[in-house]
Amino acid sequence: MAAAEKQPVIITCAGPLNGVASGLLTWVDQRFPLMSSWRDHLAEYYAPKNFNFWYYFGSLAMFVLVLQIVTGIFLTMNYKPDATQAFASVEYIMRDVWGGWIIRYLHSTGASAFFICVYLHMFRGLMYGSYRKPRELVWIFGMLIYLCLMAEAFFGYLLPWGQMSYWGAQVIINLFASVPVIGPDLSEWIRGDFVVSDATLNRFFAFHVIAIPLVLLGLVAAHILALHEVGSNNPDGVEIKANKGADGHPVDGIPFHPYYTVKDTLGVVVFLMVFSIIMFFLPEGGGYFLEYNNFIPADPLKTPPHIAPVWYFTPFYSILRAVPPMFNSQFPGVIAMGVSTLIFFLLPWLDRSPVKSIRYKGPLFRAALTIFVVVFLILGYLGTEPTNVWGQFGAWLGNADRATVVARIGTIVYFLFFVLMPWYSTIDKCKPVPERVTW
Amino acid sequence: MVSPSVFRILRAAALAALLLPVAAQANEGMRLQPAPINSHDVASLQNGAKLFVNYCLNCHSAGYMRYNRLRDIGLTEQQIRDNLIFTGVKVGELMHVAMDKKDAKEWFGAPPPDLTVITRSRSSGAGSGADWVYSYLRGFYRDSGRPTGWNNLVFENVGMPHVLWQLSGQNTLEKKVFERHEEAEAAFIAAKTLARLDKVNESGSDGKMTTHYVLNSIVPGKGTMSGVDYDKAVVDLVNYLDYMGEPARLLRRQIGIYALLVLGLLFIFAFALKKAYWKDVH
Repeated sequence: MAAAEKQPVIITCAGPLNGVASGLLTWVDQRFPLMSSWRDHLAEYYAPKNFNFWYYFGSLAMFVLVLQIVTGIFLTMNYKPDATQAFASVEYIMRDVWGGWIIRYLHSTGASAFFICVYLHMFRGLMYGSYRKPRELVWIFGMLIYLCLMAEAFFGYLLPWGQMSYWGAQVIINLFASVPVIGPDLSEWIRGDFVVSDATLNRFFAFHVIAIPLVLLGLVAAHILALHEVGSNNPDGVEIKANKGADGHPVDGIPFHPYYTVKDTLGVVVFLMVFSIIMFFLPEGGGYFLEYNNFIPADPLKTPPHIAPVWYFTPFYSILRAVPPMFNSQFPGVIAMGVSTLIFFLLPWLDRSPVKSIRYKGPLFRAALTIFVVVFLILGYLGTEPTNVWGQFGAWLGNADRATVVARIGTIVYFLFFVLMPWYSTIDKCKPVPERVTW
Repeated sequence: MVSPSVFRILRAAALAALLLPVAAQANEGMRLQPAPINSHDVASLQNGAKLFVNYCLNCHSAGYMRYNRLRDIGLTEQQIRDNLIFTGVKVGELMHVAMDKKDAKEWFGAPPPDLTVITRSRSSGAGSGADWVYSYLRGFYRDSGRPTGWNNLVFENVGMPHVLWQLSGQNTLEKKVFERHEEAEAAFIAAKTLARLDKVNESGSDGKMTTHYVLNSIVPGKGTMSGVDYDKAVVDLVNYLDYMGEPARLLRRQIGIYALLVLGLLFIFAFALKKAYWKDVH
């Protein structure tokens, strides 16, 4: 009987554990992969030692995700998904719920912070070629997270039931109406009514508080599992697993815990400082984080003169507006907007450069990425403004809106960045990549 | 740590972001006057609350604001009951009005909006919501062409009459026409009262387009208050409206400072911890 017994698992853990705790751990470990998960994903997950500033944003995005879920739970306790009560319930939270305004501002500022972190996280991937083989799936899961995040933000934005909530949703849902043949039925099916109404608010609430967050959490788990399967990239784009020491661990790798847990903690503290400055002193973010018009309750009979989505959607909104209607239909613009987000999925196969990191890529790729970032920002800005913001060109250009012309050029450049990538990344003059990571 | 190419990308992006708003500025139209409000001035807030319940709360509701919240601005519940509640509602209730929405629509063309968050919704690139309301309340002038007999420089053809007219007197509008933009601009800047500069394009009988500039400015009337006192009363009212838009604002800033101090302390520890762990990473 004794011989058949399992050998007790020897636990090597920082600090002495007394008999009871150690016994409990053994008991759990024989039934659940607790210590092996701890080792695989934290204590013995070897990450490159040369992560720089840009590598904070992954853990920060996860931190904001938790923040959004926790504050969201508390908001749900007092929010009313009802067209006649929604706006008032938000003001009730802001005034009559103890600490409600902190929870609400955390959530509204958190939404923008989430996108800031995710955009910087994606930009990091673009710079250092983190989407390249063998990390294609990490990138694809990440892109799916991004799409979910956009859906989550879109559904959530209707809930305060302000003018911008209402008309923003109206505009976006109407995009589906431009789909040939099934369009009108499709948009009606999404709304659950002929106009955005209580039915729409209720279903958006359901999507926002349970459906999308569930998918989001699953995708985040997949994103991290895939990452830990292949290992993290780094600013040099060197595979640290190719260079292992006598102990079988990468020479340029360090255990994620404690090295990156303490480093990311520092990142979280700095992030919270910036976040607090915005949340406590500029919660409206100059009208970009909380739009002024959204302090007017939704009025289905009064269209605001200028409808702009929240800043994180505006580059794509600009692309939508830039494409002129064809055959009396907005559909081409809708397609362009859809493609402009989905095209990121193809990056692992569009980039043919022999090197991963921008540090060793040639001038062509660097120039292309710079132009892309500038164009992305310009499109983002223009998306927040009416098309006549820069006035008109003279008669020589048919009195066209300057901003529209710039947005059209920007849209073309945006797509050229991707479409031409196989070409310019191949002919680019790359620099030699070092054997080991630089430090 | 960050490679030079990254800096180059960021620099170009930052430059683009900086230049954009400059290009977007326009120069004609309404210039809102900044409201000289002080959200720490309790006397001003209390006077504003008094003006609000006396003059505004008959037609406009503040349906998300409770009377007893006014303890924030130094009033006791008894003071609120005695001085600010005229309808016999309980002190813990919301500031509703009895006016029927349908009647209001018939009388004014549109139901008077709820004023709880008016200063937040009226914010724009042109100024804060407080600036807007401050200019609006000083922008009324006599206009016999309007059903109410009043018009407004900030909100043209507004349905609301000039409720405070007994205090301010019957202001009128003065129009001055300028041919050259520079002269119009100079007069606009020199205007002592609220003013708006309009650019007017007209095609003459010969079909030629001509441009001139019209400076509209308020000529103060004589009311029970002097011009200065009226402006001060409006400042108090706007101060109150601004407070009501976000009653937790002062507390928010206070907590914000404490939060930053705590985070600053935490930063020192987090930084030291990181340094200590990373000293053997080479």
